[in-house]
Amino acid sequence: MKSATTASATAPGDVTSFSLGLALPLGVVFAIFFVLPLAQLFYLSLHNDTAATVWGLGQYIKFLSDPFSLAVLGSTLLLGAEVTLACLVLGYPIAWLYQRSGSRVQTLIIMIVLLPLLTSVVVRTFAWIVILGRQGIINSVLQSLGLIGTPLRMIYTQGGLIAALAQVQMPLMVLPLITAIGRIDPNLADASASLGAGSWRTFVKVMLPLSMPGIIAGCTLTYAAAITAFITQSLVGGGQMLFMPMYLYQQASTLQNWPFAAAISIIFLFAVLAIVALFSMLGRRARGYGDAR
Amino acid sequence: MSGRQRNWEALSFQIVMTAIAVLALILIVSPSLVVVIVSFTSGFSLKFPPQGYSTRWYVELWNAWQLQFAARNSVVVAMSSTALSIVLGVAAALAISRSKALTAKLLDSLFMSPLVLPALAFGLAALMFFSLIGLPISLLTLVIGHTIVCVPYVVRNTVAALAQLEPTLLESSAILGASRLYTFRRIVLPLIRPGIISGAFIAFMSSFDNVPVSLFLRDAATDMLPIRMWQDLEGKLDVTIAALSSVLIIGTVALMAIMERTTGLSKRLTG
Repeated sequence: MKSATTASATAPGDVTSFSLGLALPLGVVFAIFFVLPLAQLFYLSLHNDTAATVWGLGQYIKFLSDPFSLAVLGSTLLLGAEVTLACLVLGYPIAWLYQRSGSRVQTLIIMIVLLPLLTSVVVRTFAWIVILGRQGIINSVLQSLGLIGTPLRMIYTQGGLIAALAQVQMPLMVLPLITAIGRIDPNLADASASLGAGSWRTFVKVMLPLSMPGIIAGCTLTYAAAITAFITQSLVGGGQMLFMPMYLYQQASTLQNWPFAAAISIIFLFAVLAIVALFSMLGRRARGYGDAR
Repeated sequence: MSGRQRNWEALSFQIVMTAIAVLALILIVSPSLVVVIVSFTSGFSLKFPPQGYSTRWYVELWNAWQLQFAARNSVVVAMSSTALSIVLGVAAALAISRSKALTAKLLDSLFMSPLVLPALAFGLAALMFFSLIGLPISLLTLVIGHTIVCVPYVVRNTVAALAQLEPTLLESSAILGASRLYTFRRIVLPLIRPGIISGAFIAFMSSFDNVPVSLFLRDAATDMLPIRMWQDLEGKLDVTIAALSSVLIIGTVALMAIMERTTGLSKRLTG
């Protein structure tokens, strides 16, 4: 019966689907205000001078032959990896706990996870300044316990930045994980246990591989968000650490070097796309693995 | 493995996982709590815990006209781009959700791409594009830019809601003589409404909170709240920002509670 309805879905005068023409308005808006600007960005990046009159790959050569620029790119990509790993290690147990809880606790967990996703990123970052600052909560506690004499410098450090970014991006990791773990047949864990595997072994051999689609989806979102998190990077990272978004902004805004800023954008864009593609390739493999059950 | 070892092993797993989960949940919640507490300080610094408590910074907020101006702009832009996103996004979602055509798949990827692309690159591109076509920076250009990055949320949530719609309902309605428009109004729209509303809610929040696009598309006359707050924080650590942050946190919690009641937001976001 189900197949009968799907078979009729392509027939003319079909009432179950809508005309593709309905996508036209948004398609036009995207063509003009999304595709065209990005095309112009690319066009501009192919010019050697700031007035954009001389064609050439000068901006790309400038970036790729400059150790400073490459270091900025490298540290941005590394930062993303560190934050993603922290989110995965902390976020997976939340998703695990969610699936074992009653519906009241489930709603509570979801609300806790969603709250930071929906509060302003400036507010969340500001909170970390309060926590990590010289007079912040961590320093106050450590000092009152007599563990340290002078306040520790935590803000403007890599560690502080990773903690703040991990907290800010955690929801993006947890939500897909909850979905993925919820799809795992609970009988599989029982089967594994009755065949003699312990909880840890079942977790590593059964749960983790089967939740791989969620892990991949979560990692993709977290990674992409962490490396573009301009506000958190600039406020918690401070002036000493420079990452791609701030580098791009400085070149465009302060120095008005638009072709170079355009080239930085394109390089950054392709770096992000390459990583997303890598994750989705891994995701396709993982899905094949998951479907084989 | 003996039974006792087995128990110990299972217990150790549960203890470790639960401990990390609870720790992570505390890590997620505590920054918001800290801000709300600090905002009631009577002092001038962000010392935690505060030495004394007062509501003076909320009174200060009442006089902070720059922040209020930016907040008004942010609300206007967020409401306009959400309205645009609903009209354009729902229509597009209807078109692509039930189609198996390649065009539909390509359009779907196009409409979702602002979610993965670095928005800062789009912000810069939009600024250069508007200056090329001679459209001066205004609230209008901000609305256009925000709509591009917010519409994916409406499309995604509406497509998800449409996927759960039984095609037989549409067929029954047609067989009973209802026109397509009537079926849409009386059958489709009521069923997908919660999906549209939750998509619109997320679109609104992400526009209100948008930094990468506003960074390039605003100026002094069209100041936006997150940018204003960021620039204030770059200069000095002002406790007024703590009061404002706490207002925003409480406002978000209230909106979330309303959305949970009306659309079951949490179930929607976890599929």
